[in-house]
Amino acid sequence: MNLPLLWIIPALPIAAVALNLLVGDRLGRRGIAWLACGAVGLAFLAAVRAALTLAALPEGERQVVETAYTWMRVGDFSIQVAFLLDPLSTVMALVVTGVGFLIHVYSVGYMAHDPSYRRFFLYLNLFMFAMLTLVLADNLLLMFVGWEGVGLCSYLLIGFWYERPSAAEAGKKAFIVNRIGDFGVILGMLMLFTYGGSLQYERLFAMAPHVFALGGGLITGAMLLMFLGATGKSAQLPLYTWLPDAMEGPTPVSALIHAATMVTAGVYLVARCHVLFELAPVALQTVAVIGAATALFAATIGIAQNDIKRVLAYSTVSQLGYMFLACGVGAFGAAIFHLMTHAFFKALLFLGAGSVIHALSDEQDLRRMGGLASRLPWTHATMLTATLAISGIPPFAGFFSKDEILHGAFASGHHVIWLVGLIGAALTAFYMFRLYVLCFRGPSRVTPEAAHHLHESPPTMIVPLVVLAALSVVGGWVGLPLLAGGHPFERWLAPSVESAAGAHGEAAAHAMSAGGAWLLMALSVAVALAGIALAVRAYLQDPEIAGRLRERLRVVHAVVFHKYWVDEIYDALVVSPIYRLSRWLWRVWDVKVVDGTVNGVGFTFEGVSAVLRLFQTGFVGTYALIFTIGVAVLLYHFLRG
Amino acid sequence: MIPLSWALILSAVVFVIGVIGVLIRRNAIVIFMSIELMLNAANLVFVAFSQHLRSIDGQVFVFFVMTVAAAEVAVGLAIIVNLFRLRETVMVDEVNLLKG
Repeated sequence: MNLPLLWIIPALPIAAVALNLLVGDRLGRRGIAWLACGAVGLAFLAAVRAALTLAALPEGERQVVETAYTWMRVGDFSIQVAFLLDPLSTVMALVVTGVGFLIHVYSVGYMAHDPSYRRFFLYLNLFMFAMLTLVLADNLLLMFVGWEGVGLCSYLLIGFWYERPSAAEAGKKAFIVNRIGDFGVILGMLMLFTYGGSLQYERLFAMAPHVFALGGGLITGAMLLMFLGATGKSAQLPLYTWLPDAMEGPTPVSALIHAATMVTAGVYLVARCHVLFELAPVALQTVAVIGAATALFAATIGIAQNDIKRVLAYSTVSQLGYMFLACGVGAFGAAIFHLMTHAFFKALLFLGAGSVIHALSDEQDLRRMGGLASRLPWTHATMLTATLAISGIPPFAGFFSKDEILHGAFASGHHVIWLVGLIGAALTAFYMFRLYVLCFRGPSRVTPEAAHHLHESPPTMIVPLVVLAALSVVGGWVGLPLLAGGHPFERWLAPSVESAAGAHGEAAAHAMSAGGAWLLMALSVAVALAGIALAVRAYLQDPEIAGRLRERLRVVHAVVFHKYWVDEIYDALVVSPIYRLSRWLWRVWDVKVVDGTVNGVGFTFEGVSAVLRLFQTGFVGTYALIFTIGVAVLLYHFLRG
Repeated sequence: MIPLSWALILSAVVFVIGVIGVLIRRNAIVIFMSIELMLNAANLVFVAFSQHLRSIDGQVFVFFVMTVAAAEVAVGLAIIVNLFRLRETVMVDEVNLLKG
C-alpha cells in the first residue's frame, strides 16, 4: 500500500522552526520568509497527497494509522506517537495547512516592516506544528500535546508586541482563561482512561458503549469536562472573554489562530469524540444550548463595537457557537462543513481588515474609515465576497454550511435552538454589513494624515485575499445538496462523524420533505437579506436612523456596547478575589511563614554554632586537657566496674 | 630483688609528670620531652612485667617503642623547626590558626 507519510506533515513546520532557530540570523528577511512559507506549503502538498491516498481507498477502509514511535510504556499502558488519517483529520489538515499557507504568504507583506520578523515566523511555524499534531493525533494524549502547544503559541503571538502593556495583558488573559478549559480536558481524559481503559481513539470508541451506560453520570461528567475545555479553546460562553482581547496580536495571527484554525479545535474535539458525546445526551444538549446562546450573545455584542477587529472577533465567537450548535443537535458533518467555510471567509475578513488597517497606517476604528471602496479596490472586492459569504447569501460558501446547520437543528426537533440560530443569522448579516458600509461606503471619515499614506496593499497580501475569496465563493459547493447523491462533503465525512445513532438522526433529517427544506432555506436567506437591508438603510442611505435607533434603545445599546459588562463581572467575581488571595499569600504566607521558616532555620544554626565555636580554642593544650580528662573519666568508669 | 609494685609506682609517677608537662607547658620542645617521659614510663612497666613474668616479650616491645619514639622525634622536631621558621616562636598558645 502507498504509505501516506503522515508524520512529515507536522515535521515540516517544526523542521523550519529548528532551522530558523539555528541559522535564521544568517538567512535575512527573504530567506526567513521562504523558509517559513516553504515549509507550510510543502506540508500542504503532503496533506493533499495524504488526502488523495485516502480517497483512493474504498469507503469502508478510510482510516490509516501511522505509528512513528512509542512515546512511553508503563506496564500495560503505552502511548504511541501515532497519526490518524481519516476523513475528518484530512479535512482539518487541509484547512490548517491550506489557509495557514495563505496567511503565511500574507504575513510576508504585512509584517515586512516589523523588527521582530524572524520571531514572528518562528512562532507561526511552531503554531502550525502544534495545530497539525492536534488534528492528526491518534490518541487523546498526543492530541493534548498539540492542544497545549497551540495555546502556548496563541499566548506568544497575542503578546507578540509585548512592549505594549495591553498586548501583554491580553496574552496572559488568553492563557489563563484557556488553562481553566485545559483543566477540564485533563480531568475528562483521566476519567475516560480510568473507566474506558485507553486513550487511543479507536480502542476508546470501541470500548465506550460497553463500559459506559447511555446517559450515565460518569460519561456525562467526562464529556462535560471535555466540553469545558472546548469552550475555553473555542471561546464559548462562559470562557469566551479572551478572544476579543486577543485582537491585540498582529492581524495575520488573528486570522490564522483566532479565526481559522486554533479556535476550531474545540469543535474538532467534540466532533472527534462524537461517539462518546452521543452516549451522554445531557452533555450533547448542553453543547447545543451553549452553542446557540453564544451564537446569539456574541452577535448582539458585535452590533455595537467600533473596532473593526473586535467586530470580527465577536463574529468569530458567534460563528463558533453555530458549529457547537450543530454538534449539539447531532449534525457533526454540518459543524465541520461550517468550520471549513468559516475558515475561508473569516480568514479572508481578518486579512482584509488587516489590509485596511495597513492602508490606514494602523487605524482600527470604524468611525474613522468609510469610502474606501475606490481607494482599495482589491481589498474591497474580496471583503465584500467574504461579507456576503458570512451573511449566508447563496451561492457563497457560508450559505450552504449555515443552512445545513439550521436545517439539522430544525429537522432533529430542536425548534427553539433553530429559532435562536435564525435570529443570530439575521444579526450576523446586519453587523457584517454595518462593518462593510462603515468601512467601504459612505463619506470618508479618514484622518488627513492617514489619507495621505492611503495605498493598496502589496501583491503578497492581495494574492492570498483573492485565493481566499475564490474559496469563499466555491468552498460551499462541495456540500451542495443538489449534486448527484447529495451532500458530497458530508458523505465524505460520514465514516468519521457518524455512528449508528448519528446515522439514524441523519436519516430522520433527510426524511424531511424537500419542500420543507426549501422553505427553511428561503427563510434563512430572507432574514439575511432583511439584516443586510436594515444595515444598508441605517448606515448608508439614512445615517439618521442609526442615531435615532441608538437614542430610542439607549439602555439596550449601553448594555450591548459594554459587552454586557461580562469582563467587569468576571473581574469582580473571580479575578479580584484571586488577586487579593494571591496578595495575601505573598505578603503573609510567603514573606512571613515560608521565608520565616527558612530564615529561622538559618538563625538557629547560626546561634548553635556561636556557642559551639567557643569549644574550638585553637590551643593544642586545651584539646589535650579535655582529652586527658576524658581518658581519666573512662578509666575510672571501667576500672571501678 | 625490687618488688614489682615499686617499679609500677615509679612508672605511674613518671607518666603523670609527663601528662602534666604536656598539659601545662607552653614550649613545644618541653611538651615533646614530656611525651618522651610518658613513653619511657610505659617502657618501664614493660620491663618490670617482663622480669616479673619471666618472659622476654615485654623487652621486645620496649625495643619497638624506642624505635617508634626515635621516628617520632625526627618528625616532631622537623615540625617544630618549620613552625619556628614560619612563626618565630615555639609557644603552642601562640599557634592557633585552626581556631574557628
